[in-house]
Amino acid sequence: MYPSRFRYEAPRTLDEALALLAEHGDEAKILAGGQSLVPMMKLRFAAPGVLVDINGLEGLGHHEETPGGGMRVGALCRHVDLEHSTVLPGAQPTMAAAAPLVADPIVRTRGTLVGSLCHADPQGDWASVMLALGGSVVATSARGRRTIPVGEFVVGTFQNALEYDEIAVEAVVPAAQGARSGSYLKLERRVGDFATAGVAVALESVGEEVVRAGIALTGVGPATIAATEAAQTLVGSRLDPDVVDRAADLAAAVARPRTDHRGTADYKRHVVATFVRRILTAERAPAGAAA
Amino acid sequence: MTATEPVAETEVPTRRITVTVNGERRVAEVEPRLLLAHLLRQGLALTGTHVGCDTTNCGACTVLYDGAPVKSCTMLAVQADGHEVTTVEGLGTPSELDPVQEGFAAEHGLQCGFCTPGMMLAARALLNRNPDPSEDEIRWGLSGNLCRCTGYQNIVKAVRWAAEKEAQ
Repeated sequence: MYPSRFRYEAPRTLDEALALLAEHGDEAKILAGGQSLVPMMKLRFAAPGVLVDINGLEGLGHHEETPGGGMRVGALCRHVDLEHSTVLPGAQPTMAAAAPLVADPIVRTRGTLVGSLCHADPQGDWASVMLALGGSVVATSARGRRTIPVGEFVVGTFQNALEYDEIAVEAVVPAAQGARSGSYLKLERRVGDFATAGVAVALESVGEEVVRAGIALTGVGPATIAATEAAQTLVGSRLDPDVVDRAADLAAAVARPRTDHRGTADYKRHVVATFVRRILTAERAPAGAAA
Repeated sequence: MTATEPVAETEVPTRRITVTVNGERRVAEVEPRLLLAHLLRQGLALTGTHVGCDTTNCGACTVLYDGAPVKSCTMLAVQADGHEVTTVEGLGTPSELDPVQEGFAAEHGLQCGFCTPGMMLAARALLNRNPDPSEDEIRWGLSGNLCRCTGYQNIVKAVRWAAEKEAQ
């Protein structure tokens, strides 16, 4: 399979890349990891007239902590960088749990977190993780720079909030209000398959009390789903069993799965509830006992 | 110099790229939409790189790109401009096989052989990162490469064989 013909540009600076986007408008598409875009171009689901390859740009490969438990992830930070990160396990448990579950090991070599957010596939793991963490995308254009919360950035199936002349240069996680905990669980029939269901939970606690919570769902609806009520019910709690059950039920209630060869809608809702319960129960267990 | 001829049509824009393939500098004139797998197979006649699913699933087309494993059906040839690519032809020589290749022979790590080049390059990358992987780590590390003969048992043994040889 071949993509349709396109013009290829490999700018050396962000300004050059932005100028190309400004010039070509909706004909242009950014190529970062290309692990979703290239397959889509081969299948002719996407046929950009101009491909702007940003892999030659400097200064976008970073992922680093910011003061107060925040995180910045550059547009060329690959999944594999996050999977083998020495920073994430201590600083960002939900991200650390998700990184080895994204796609497969070979795809993780090239694919990027920011690209995954831009692709806005309801099956995308990072959109759930970033939504649970209350993260944002930083978009840059010749007109300036803006920060878009992930909840507003992913506007629908394969749809993001970028303007044609903007590049998503970074994803950011805000500072934490307490100690971070949480995880990401995904059920897939085999590595690299679309998820049957995935659940991201991000907690911030002071002592045993949860002061902020985020829960988001992968692959069980037309877009990434924020389980806002489920998360809200955890705030102020100590993750007692009745609270955990309530959160699990509320999360399952906002899932919008479809029955397909990966399972019935009821089954997928059950998986969502089970994953929420499993993550929260492990968080409540004393450190070291979480299995 | 090896040139990849663009399809016979007028005014097809091409780009001159220089790629180091298996240690050798190669220059090619390519259409931007040419996939890296096709540059290797058709342009450079390195047919050890197999195209299996053509949809980023199977990993048969895995090559090393600046040392990291990539699915060459999911990269453009132009993206390799100025970079290094290693295919199975560059993994070892007939007189001096890579330990991974020796391991696949010793443990019968292949049945039909179609997935083998990709498997071996993924295994090479795994061992470069983790010289002493457990069985679980091997299975996890090769989970982006599919064997339709389902010969995984011996593939895992082959990689362990290579790890043990390299530890000597």
